[in-house]
Amino acid sequence: MNRALRALAAWVRRPVAAFTIGSFAVPLLLWCLVSYVPFVWHPMVRVQSAGAVDYFQPGMLVARADFDREAAEARSAGKPMPAGEAANPVYLPAPHEVLAALHTAFTSPPEQRDAPWLHESLWHSIRIIFWGFVISSLIGLPLGICAGAYPALGRLSEPFIEFFRYLPAPAFGALAVAVLGIYDAPKIAIIVIGTFFQQVLIIANTTRKLEATLVEAGRTLGARGWKLLRSVVLPGILPDLYRDQRILLGWAWTYLIVAELIGTSSGITFFITQQARYQHFDKVYAAIVIIGVIGFGSDLVLERLGRALFPWDRNGRKD
Amino acid sequence: MSRMNATPPLYLQQRPEVAERFQRLYQREVVLETRGLGKVYRGPNGDTEALRDIDLRVHRREFVCVIGPSGCGKSTLIRILAGLEKASSGQVLLDGAPVTGPGRDRGMVFQGYSLFPWLTVKRNVMFGPLMAGSSRTMAESRAREWLELVGLTKFADAFPHQLSGGMRQRVAIARALANEPRILLMDEPFGALDAQTRAKMQKHLLDIWRNVDITVLFITHDLDEAVTLADRILVLKAHPGEVQEVIEVPVPRPRSAEQCAGAEFMATKARLEQLIHPPNAQAAEEDEDDAAPMLRLTDVTDNIE
Repeated sequence: MNRALRALAAWVRRPVAAFTIGSFAVPLLLWCLVSYVPFVWHPMVRVQSAGAVDYFQPGMLVARADFDREAAEARSAGKPMPAGEAANPVYLPAPHEVLAALHTAFTSPPEQRDAPWLHESLWHSIRIIFWGFVISSLIGLPLGICAGAYPALGRLSEPFIEFFRYLPAPAFGALAVAVLGIYDAPKIAIIVIGTFFQQVLIIANTTRKLEATLVEAGRTLGARGWKLLRSVVLPGILPDLYRDQRILLGWAWTYLIVAELIGTSSGITFFITQQARYQHFDKVYAAIVIIGVIGFGSDLVLERLGRALFPWDRNGRKD
Repeated sequence: MSRMNATPPLYLQQRPEVAERFQRLYQREVVLETRGLGKVYRGPNGDTEALRDIDLRVHRREFVCVIGPSGCGKSTLIRILAGLEKASSGQVLLDGAPVTGPGRDRGMVFQGYSLFPWLTVKRNVMFGPLMAGSSRTMAESRAREWLELVGLTKFADAFPHQLSGGMRQRVAIARALANEPRILLMDEPFGALDAQTRAKMQKHLLDIWRNVDITVLFITHDLDEAVTLADRILVLKAHPGEVQEVIEVPVPRPRSAEQCAGAEFMATKARLEQLIHPPNAQAAEEDEDDAAPMLRLTDVTDNIE
């Protein structure tokens, strides 16, 4: 623990760290500014006491123009004035509300009895992503590598894949439900459709970019066919392949929400739509933030892992 | 005719021991032979003839340099010999058998090192034997021997990116030799090195060549390098690449740095110079250079001469 803290302290002192922290601090600061400084935006008024306005209730949000009009009417009529404070719309909760929602979402049971906890929803979503990505990679990686390594196969497969990748994956939603049912299978299928075609093209391109002299060196040393592929091409592209997979995993995440709306809504999307329905926008934001944290965090971990796995790789170094 | 005219030019005069060495050399078997080798690149703007009618016989343990102006097809030649490109006409024979593709009987050292960056130095050298089906322990002990020969035992577990250019090229040589090829093909291997490292590597290569049963075909554009290293120098001329002359280098062996100032060395180099940069061609080239307009990018009064 002590060591980790010291490493963190050393990292914070680096000039790069200032920018990394800054790139998160600036948008957070903006959010705080909009949330906590009343005159910045605050187009609504939260009613504290209704006064003589019969449809006002304490805690109600009304547009500032309506509030001002009612207040003016009450004053001219000599009746008790309504009181309220400037507020933001319900869809823009303040940072501390989101933080609190984050906490309660993990610690207190969901409001409906059958609804899953946030962490259950998240875990469900992660499983969908995982299987979609794994299935796509199982076919896409070998196909991409072969299409890049053998020009004939590349020319045979790539035009069709190039065409197919322009078809929006969600368009296959109804078809996927018809074929695969309403539960997880069609969702995984959408992630696969969204990832696979890009994957083949990107991996093929990476394979083609391998330095030609490395392959030639391998051939003059007696490697050919499968041995050449396994001993020269594969290790040669591995660090770039790993980077591609990281980027593709990010893309898979972007298909998640659409995929989970197909059939019976599930996972984090179910959580988000449910909370939005009850206007619990703090919880909606909490869930969105969680997705970001998981995505960004896993990418950071994978990047570190990549550096450990490929110590010879000079392209991917930042320092 | 006077007797003076009968005397051959200095670069053709060989001391008795040098002449005798060539005699012995030509009696050894031919390792690599090309017969009427030609290469034509077909392009949208017509065909380009890179090589025409190259006949070459390299004897066992001979050191042959190929030299020529840029565009003479020397790289194409060595790539065809290595089997990385196909000849348009003619044949390459290794020990009398025609060559059809790359093989472990012809080791190749590239200019850009081309070491496998994901393998340690030792694993790079083990690559050839492993591909040939050697066991791991066999390949490893073989690699150790070759690393010792090139003096890199200490760096066996380093990655190529941790080595200097000269060291990387030594690994590349060890890697090629670990396959025990009949001939070592070297494509401007020291072209990317600085002058000092290059001189060291030349000496090192000659040491290796003296101690290992290996024939070397070495491509270079550096005249000094060719004269320093070669038994014979194959001079190509450009457009198309044809054999212009084959020079038997009269500088006796073992070679040393002091010989660079010797009469035989100078005469051979002068002859190469004459072949590769003929006086009239050079003049034409310089005229072209003069024709390029020079813009004045500084103040008219700001003169430095």
